[in-house]
Amino acid sequence: MSQPLVRPKRKNPLKRTRLPLGPQGVRSRAAHGLTAAAAEGRFALQVCLDCQTVIYPPRDACPSCLSARVLFRDVDPGGTLIAETTVRTSTEPYFRERAPWRIGTVQLDAGPVIVAHLHGDAAEGKRVRLELKLDKSGSAVAMALPAKETEHMADDPHLREMTCDPKFRRILITDGRTAVGQAMAKAFADAGAAIVFVGVADAWKPFPGLESLRKIECLEIVPLDVTDTESIAEQAEQNGSRIDIVVNTAEHVRPGGILNRRGLTIAREEIDVRYLGQLRLAQAFGPILRFRGADGVNSAAAFVNLLSVHALMNWPSYGSYSATEAACLSAAQCMRAELRPGGVKVVNVFFGPLDTEWFQTVPPPKVMPAALANAVVRALQQGVEDVFVGDVAEDVRQRLAVNPKALEREMAT
Amino acid sequence: MISATTRKSYEGVVACLPVTIPYRRYSTNSAQWWLGRALHELVKRSGLRPKDIDGFAVSSFTVAPDTAVGLTQHFGLSPRWLDHIPFGGASGIVALRRAARAVQAGDADIVACVAGDTNHVDSFRKTLATFSRFAQDAMYPYGAGGANASFALITKNYMNRYGAKREDFARICIAQRENAVSIPHAMMKKRLTLDEYMSARPIADPIHLFDCVMPCAGAEAFIVCREDTAKSLNVPSVRILSTIERHNAYPGDPIQERLGTEDDVGQLWSMAGLKPQDVDFVQTYDDYPVVVMMQLEDLGFCSKGEAPEFVRSHTLTNDGTFPHNTSGGQLSVGQAGAAGGFLGLVDALRQLTAQPLGSKVPDASACLVSGFGMINYDRGLSSGAAVLARLA
Amino acid sequence: MPLDLLSFARAIAIGDIRVIDLTQTLSQEFPTIVLPPELGQCAPFRIEEISRYDERGPAWYWNNISLGEHTGTHFDAPIHWISGKDLPNNAVDTIEVAKFIAPAAVIDCSKECAENADFALTIAFIERWEARHGEIEPGSWVLLRTDWSKRSYTDYAGLRDDGAHTPGPEPAVAKWLVEQRDVHGFGTETIGTDFGQGQHFNPPYPAHFYMHGKGRFGLQCLTNLDLLPPKGAVIIAAPLKIKQGSGSPLRVLALVAKGAA
Repeated sequence: MSQPLVRPKRKNPLKRTRLPLGPQGVRSRAAHGLTAAAAEGRFALQVCLDCQTVIYPPRDACPSCLSARVLFRDVDPGGTLIAETTVRTSTEPYFRERAPWRIGTVQLDAGPVIVAHLHGDAAEGKRVRLELKLDKSGSAVAMALPAKETEHMADDPHLREMTCDPKFRRILITDGRTAVGQAMAKAFADAGAAIVFVGVADAWKPFPGLESLRKIECLEIVPLDVTDTESIAEQAEQNGSRIDIVVNTAEHVRPGGILNRRGLTIAREEIDVRYLGQLRLAQAFGPILRFRGADGVNSAAAFVNLLSVHALMNWPSYGSYSATEAACLSAAQCMRAELRPGGVKVVNVFFGPLDTEWFQTVPPPKVMPAALANAVVRALQQGVEDVFVGDVAEDVRQRLAVNPKALEREMAT
Repeated sequence: MISATTRKSYEGVVACLPVTIPYRRYSTNSAQWWLGRALHELVKRSGLRPKDIDGFAVSSFTVAPDTAVGLTQHFGLSPRWLDHIPFGGASGIVALRRAARAVQAGDADIVACVAGDTNHVDSFRKTLATFSRFAQDAMYPYGAGGANASFALITKNYMNRYGAKREDFARICIAQRENAVSIPHAMMKKRLTLDEYMSARPIADPIHLFDCVMPCAGAEAFIVCREDTAKSLNVPSVRILSTIERHNAYPGDPIQERLGTEDDVGQLWSMAGLKPQDVDFVQTYDDYPVVVMMQLEDLGFCSKGEAPEFVRSHTLTNDGTFPHNTSGGQLSVGQAGAAGGFLGLVDALRQLTAQPLGSKVPDASACLVSGFGMINYDRGLSSGAAVLARLA
Repeated sequence: MPLDLLSFARAIAIGDIRVIDLTQTLSQEFPTIVLPPELGQCAPFRIEEISRYDERGPAWYWNNISLGEHTGTHFDAPIHWISGKDLPNNAVDTIEVAKFIAPAAVIDCSKECAENADFALTIAFIERWEARHGEIEPGSWVLLRTDWSKRSYTDYAGLRDDGAHTPGPEPAVAKWLVEQRDVHGFGTETIGTDFGQGQHFNPPYPAHFYMHGKGRFGLQCLTNLDLLPPKGAVIIAAPLKIKQGSGSPLRVLALVAKGAA
């Protein structure tokens, strides 16, 4: 049974901060098929399309029949832990610091043998379930978890190293005015966050839901305007070193395309709120997050972007919005590379139309703010970095994987 | 099933001129420097000139960005037969096999087989991190425990399956240390007690400190040539009775319990015209005691799982009932990188020509040398063995 | 004989003529007009540092700013409203510059506004003021002192469920000031020259409608009106010369003779 996590004591301000280290993240191209699966929380291995052999480690030809048609497919993650060892010393500083570190050999039901990290409750000779996780280098590793859920499982220190669990962490929700922002605040409070900072711009403009927000015990409302560089810098100066997860809920949704609109005022606002807002947050909070990536139980863990799935394929009915979301996605990819040295994940959560006011005329299925918020919390608990929430997002993802050009036409109808 | 074609004997080919360049824990010199020392020693002892060496086989992990080709120009050699043998602990056996056939076929007359590596303060870490694609993708990210972690899993499984105890492994290590006491360049030449072995600090459970070799810098070498060539050089030489080699032998085994020679070992003994009990000493590749046990089983000295009992019921010192790793093995002298794959073979040449560095195996006339290595993902891929005999 | 302007300049320099700043500092926090979300919005004031004696510019500090024509303390030109769209010289770059300097009558309703955010200025109220201070001179600014600028931003914006609740003139007032008093323009401390709930008047936003419809001007988000005398102050309010601009943020200064307020 895992030791339940204890709420960390206040950090001693005179103590040096432990700097982030990471395991080696270099992988062959084939092995990054595992990274793609881990990013979405899937368990996939190469399967030979010609002889159905399940293959590991990833490679460029089937070891049974030499076919090159070895593609990643979801496979059964069940297996047995046949041998384990505890590494006590390592030449790699990351593991040296974190020794002792358990690994083991798992015989998968699907065929191959995998050397995996071990959850504390995975026992030699017993059944386990493998998951692919992104480690601190951002590359995929296999982790063997006990086949049946055990108590306080998420608190296992090896597992917590691979995830961004909000429990005992301090969260910044950048915009608490909206339904999504408020649902997000509640979801994080329920997930055991120590503090939830909620940013509100233009306090002189009243908004519904303020009273409910104030009722959440661990919540603190702070002035924050994602369009105001100074406002963000000030928040980062005051609270940056005690924010572990940033969730950017600032939104700007307007129906309309590009030719069919007159003027650029809305586009400017979109870019300012969504794209420049993200950049401001990245510049103000990124460096301190990256610095604190290994700073104890409540280390800096993640920067969460809420993105329309139409960042991946423009939806002309909301064409200007889609384009702005695409800019945000590209910026997020840049941020991902820049935050990786700190072991901080950039989590992109994609969704289709939300069940909120600016998508009013869009027919269902739409995503409820609470559903989106819960998906974000779950993603952080699992340590995934690309999440698709709701039916429309999943639909777009699948169509994009098969024929992007067809999807482009379908989005325009 | 491989067809049982008769393999050609090694008649007329010998190995001679065992050279060891004394090991050092750390060295600021390059691998090229160490290989050069070994070549120099071969040339000095044989009276050959460098241009007489018309075959060159080299094994090294730290010679990058060079391979064998670059070394020819570096050392002023112009061989008509050249091989680069990056097979770790199996390098010696493989070099011997390749060189022997080249000499037999007349493709080369005098083949220098050299293995050596330097050891900078960060050599070990750098070697581990880029050892192989599978190690990079599927082993190193998991605790970066290196071969220690991989063999810890193999050892654990062996202990679970066959009831081997740490005390059984200790017997191998202790006997080898005894053999090393008289070796001047051994990294560890103090006698080892059972107490010290058992209380040594854990590296990767169940492997503890004295189960592991100490990486160091050094070089080993020998010459392969025709019997008459050795005579004309006036150096004692050793006959090759048989050899085998196999890579990635048992991909279906979930965890390694057999190293690779199990299927070919019958051929090894029948080609040599000997049985296991006929040899006077055995050199195994001793990166870990569990690997020694598996070699004893795979090569016919006992059946699978019986090595713990075998080791308990024999004395493995040079003056014992089963002389084993006559110079103390890597576990005592240290592993100078790829030279670890040569050291058993080189010391066998000394024992068989009655010029041991340390204690002598009495009446040594025939021996078995086994090589194993190249842990790629979760198991060692290369294995080989040779039966050698004193020239009558 | 020409007037002695040097003495005027000297009087300012030695404080015989006091210069009072009626302008709010342009800052990100200052409230702006909020329109229904479907309509285009006025850009709030934002400032981005270009360099600050650093690698972006070693010896200098400067900023890029962004804002709307109607952000912060600002001037409204007649072209701003539909009722003034066809008048000649109706944009900030074409208004005769002499019109940027004019006297002001300051009508104080701060006590009434303290109790009532929905205070509406009536003709009767103005007439009572005139009974004490004399008629409003033609060509004067009429500035409505409400002390609204002293409030917290939330109370200043006065936003509730049904929109803004801030003081301003009744429809009849704007029409009367233009037709009966020939005023120069109307100025307020609030966001907008109109009554907060002015959308419900007939016509909606009558101050804008009538002032601009007759080629008069507006000043908004003023402050320090409590430092001005009821009459006698001269206002300098020169907007930026923006091509066909509907207005602009500006520095509004009041010249007041010492001892007058």
